[in-house]
Amino acid sequence: MRFISRYRRHRFAGPFLLLAGLLFVGISYTVAQAASESAVLNTSDKATLIAEGKEIFARGCSSCHGLNAEGAGIAPSLIGVGAASVDFQVATGRMPMADMSHQAMRKEPVYNEEETAALAAYVASLAPGPAAVTNEELAWERSGDTAEGGELFRNNCAMCHNFAGQGGALTQGKYAPTVMGVEPKHIYEAMLTGPQAMPVFSDSVLTPQEKLSIIKWIKHAENEPALGGAALGRVGPVTEGLLAWTLGLGLLIGVAVWLTTKAR
Amino acid sequence: MSARERVAGQVANYVDERTGSAKWLKKTLTKVFPDHWSFMLGEIVLYSFIILLLSGTFLTFWFDPSMREVEYEGSYEPLSGLKMSAAYASTLHISFDVRGGLLMRQIHHWAALIFMAAMVAHLMRVFFTGAFRKPREFNWIIGVGLLTLGIVEGFLGYSLPDDLLSGTGIRIAEAIIQALPVVGSYLAYFIFGGAFPGEMFIQRIYVVHILLIPGIFLALITAHLMLVWYQKHTQYPGPGRTEKNVVGYPLMPVYMAKAGGFFFIVFGVTAFLGAFASINPLWLYGPYTPGQISAGSQPDWYMGWLDGLVRMAPPLETYWFGYTISWNILIPGLIIPGIIFTGMALYPFIESWMTGDKREHHLLDRPRNAPNRTALGAMSITFMLVALINGGNDLIATHFDLSINQIMWFTRIGIIVLPPLVFVITKRICLSLQRADRELVLHGRETGRLVMLPHGEFIEVHEPLSPQRAYLLTQHEQLPALEPVAADANGVRNPKGAKAKIQARLSRANQEQIAKPTPKEVLEIEDHH
Repeated sequence: MRFISRYRRHRFAGPFLLLAGLLFVGISYTVAQAASESAVLNTSDKATLIAEGKEIFARGCSSCHGLNAEGAGIAPSLIGVGAASVDFQVATGRMPMADMSHQAMRKEPVYNEEETAALAAYVASLAPGPAAVTNEELAWERSGDTAEGGELFRNNCAMCHNFAGQGGALTQGKYAPTVMGVEPKHIYEAMLTGPQAMPVFSDSVLTPQEKLSIIKWIKHAENEPALGGAALGRVGPVTEGLLAWTLGLGLLIGVAVWLTTKAR
Repeated sequence: MSARERVAGQVANYVDERTGSAKWLKKTLTKVFPDHWSFMLGEIVLYSFIILLLSGTFLTFWFDPSMREVEYEGSYEPLSGLKMSAAYASTLHISFDVRGGLLMRQIHHWAALIFMAAMVAHLMRVFFTGAFRKPREFNWIIGVGLLTLGIVEGFLGYSLPDDLLSGTGIRIAEAIIQALPVVGSYLAYFIFGGAFPGEMFIQRIYVVHILLIPGIFLALITAHLMLVWYQKHTQYPGPGRTEKNVVGYPLMPVYMAKAGGFFFIVFGVTAFLGAFASINPLWLYGPYTPGQISAGSQPDWYMGWLDGLVRMAPPLETYWFGYTISWNILIPGLIIPGIIFTGMALYPFIESWMTGDKREHHLLDRPRNAPNRTALGAMSITFMLVALINGGNDLIATHFDLSINQIMWFTRIGIIVLPPLVFVITKRICLSLQRADRELVLHGRETGRLVMLPHGEFIEVHEPLSPQRAYLLTQHEQLPALEPVAADANGVRNPKGAKAKIQARLSRANQEQIAKPTPKEVLEIEDHH
């Protein structure tokens, strides 16, 4: 403080302050300018992405979903479904659909990552909706809890997807697909957006934390070694009964035939 | 006499002087049994039962039949910290923390599936060969009792661990009990000691599973085997085999070796399955809570047909005098199984009434020579298979890309249409086979060798059958159908009236046969050649 009180009446104090002030304003402006410039760059980047997405959409999706994604008789409106929905449907190969029968099925994706991102950006630009997530953003390995996830899975998912996530039948040829081998982000997005016959599990139904636990349990089930021997599809007693009749009784009857063959 | 023989003789003598066992043993050990692979199906059942007793005893050392709530702290990480019943926790303990526990559990469960499968295979052998006929009707009824008990015992067994799947099964059993008109809800309260799930049923079914039903099993199996022993085993027809003898090998040493060896083979196959194929992976099912359910919840196969019947039942319900009657559960869950098992138990008497045949039979029928019975059996199997298919309708839908609704409609219609169709087709096949037998006896085997006769005619050479084979194809008797007696010689109307008419009609259906070649026909053909 003595430094200030000694020099505040100095004759160069005024010009120094002026210089310092100008310098501060100038640097701030430059920084702000740079920042806003990068923002402008991002906006234009995003605009390109959206434009790109719109182009892909017009080529690949509009025949069913309408030129402005407003939907038509055969396909729903995509306004407000969000990037998460597009990322799930397109990146798992469900969209574009191979046939219009029961429901879109998982297959090799038609569009690559950039194209999918462009489509997602375009649809997200139409109206706000759930944003897409990346595998890196989901810290399921760190923040999930396997046991809690299993309990949540049995409470919310097993009734359609089976106790071990192997999938199950729904009415009229629809089905709940297996959740084995699905990217964590797609599991997350599916819960968030409720694709096909699946209900939406919003963040008030299953908190983000709980969703991560479910993903952790699914990944655990996926990697769990077959503890009791051949897993037989993990679909319960049907395959077990089949094996008991074919291999089990088959072997025993074979032995019985051998035991009662007359010695030659 | 060597030293060893002398010692053995002294020991045998010592025992005999005190127990008088030599005479009994001499008779017993030389008892003759006929030889055929299908006669060993029942042995598979018996040996599986012994395996079940042994492995089950092992499991009781650690299983805690209690619904007390505990927190799981065992070594299966994905369930750690979860609240569950002591029954489920102790089953996890057996699976993961007891040495050999999972293997024993899997052996026990595989043995149960094979026990029931072999029982059904044995039942089919007895049915299609007519082994249930006089004097073996009682043994048939004991067998039906064992089958019913086996289904109940198996169901209780897989309900014990209190996992999500077994709890679902118990819930359905409760629903079936509740479907009983008037008393259903009271009975359910009585069985579960209050509202479902309560805190009692694991303890209760445990006692029934490990004590009551195995005890009844032991008694019935003993009676079953004693009757086989006393009535002697049936045999397939053939030269030298009559209704009065048994052609085969003595118990000692042939069957002692065969049966003893077969026991170890059955144990080996069961242990092989237990070691290499997972069964009832209940750590994946999770603990039971009434609020949860898994897609594709199925019972073990021997209950699968019942599940299939319940699944295909249309939603019928009536409300009478303040009581709801759930026909959709009552009919498939209680009435149809009741008809099936009662009909099965009474079949020996029904058949003997239909054919009017009251004689003893120790020679088995070739299934084609009893077309009506064979067709009835095929029809029953078809009914069960259609029901069983619907029991797995959701898995069939997902694995074969079908619609579950289509499968259900297929089985709903199929269960009514297919059994009669199969009856007719099977009967026709049996009669065709009889016709083929007749051709064989009369004209011999077609050799496929074409010979040109001197005058240019081509003929196929037929090879005559060996006398043994010809005997086998013609040994069966063909009873004439019963004649309906409307009135006796004095014009008195038959007091049995309509009943006699029905009996005569059924008898005609049963006696529909292709006439087997008579010795005269054979001689004529031989002269002709």
